[in-house]
Amino acid sequence: MSINLSVLLVILGCAIVTFIPRIIPFIVIRNIELPKIVVKWLSFIPICIFAALIVDSFIIENESLLSIDWSVLAAIIPTLIVAIWSKSLSVTVIVGIVCMATVRFLF
Amino acid sequence: MNELANEINSEETLPTYLQGVKDCIPTLIGYISIGIAAGIVGASSNLSILEVTLLSALVYAGASQFIICALLVSGSPISVILFTTFIVNLRNLLLSMTLAPHFTKYSLMKNIGIGALVTDESFGVAINKIAKKEGMSAQWMNGLNVTAYIFWILSCMLGAIFGKWISNPEAFGLDFSLTAMFLALLVLQLQNIDQGRLKFYLSLIVYVVLLMLVLCMLVPSYVAIILSTIIVATIGVVKDK
Repeated sequence: MSINLSVLLVILGCAIVTFIPRIIPFIVIRNIELPKIVVKWLSFIPICIFAALIVDSFIIENESLLSIDWSVLAAIIPTLIVAIWSKSLSVTVIVGIVCMATVRFLF
Repeated sequence: MNELANEINSEETLPTYLQGVKDCIPTLIGYISIGIAAGIVGASSNLSILEVTLLSALVYAGASQFIICALLVSGSPISVILFTTFIVNLRNLLLSMTLAPHFTKYSLMKNIGIGALVTDESFGVAINKIAKKEGMSAQWMNGLNVTAYIFWILSCMLGAIFGKWISNPEAFGLDFSLTAMFLALLVLQLQNIDQGRLKFYLSLIVYVVLLMLVLCMLVPSYVAIILSTIIVATIGVVKDK
């Protein structure tokens, strides 16, 4: 068990910069009534961010152009079908892992 | 704003802390597998078990922890590490902005406590509960958040301790648990909207996919996630009259 001073400083600094964006809205929004248009804008955030995170999972970033991780995309399709059919978080996660493992095993 | 009023009125049916713990369970596979991976990466970046544990307890952010380790190994200056971590986690601002209006009746300290532990996953589970109009409470949110937080720290620790023996966690497809969860959360969100508006929402998803593909060629993907979300939410407001 050891801790390096510069690593400790990095950890503390990173803790502060991740803490701030997480808590600021919880402090600010208490004191103001959000305009209707902002509430509407916020209502689109969940769907947009989930879609963006899913796309992020099958993009491989490299120096040049964009490349697609086809194995992840191949696992996404059956997982999506199971999500629509089961409407269950746990079922989707378990089936998704099995799909991904199968794809990686086969290819 | 009517929804908020309803939530406040149905005081007696508010979800409990224990319910929050239970609602966290489906997301735990994700936290555990990614946490173990983050622990392994930490250990292989020459961080001690104590440092990995501190990192997971204080920073508590999957993607950032991987990036912090990579930057430490490459010997990046602290200013670069802090700035990168800030940008990678900036999307939490969007998540917190979306959640915060549902907790305004609670004290400032309770709000800060909830905000401090917001993650992609806890946000997803909470916003899904809100969309289903099942009621929302600080206790429930804390049950969800604290369970995830504890499992995350333990998994990272476990990864750092046993990392050398778990050769390749990706081989088992465990890393895909996060993507699977986002897929389910997306489907559950769509299920809770008006069927007449489904087409509109699907068109927004298409915009997000296209923007992500274009933006990822120009900026790092964590920036592309924030930009495409902001742009498409704005398109949503403009087109939805």
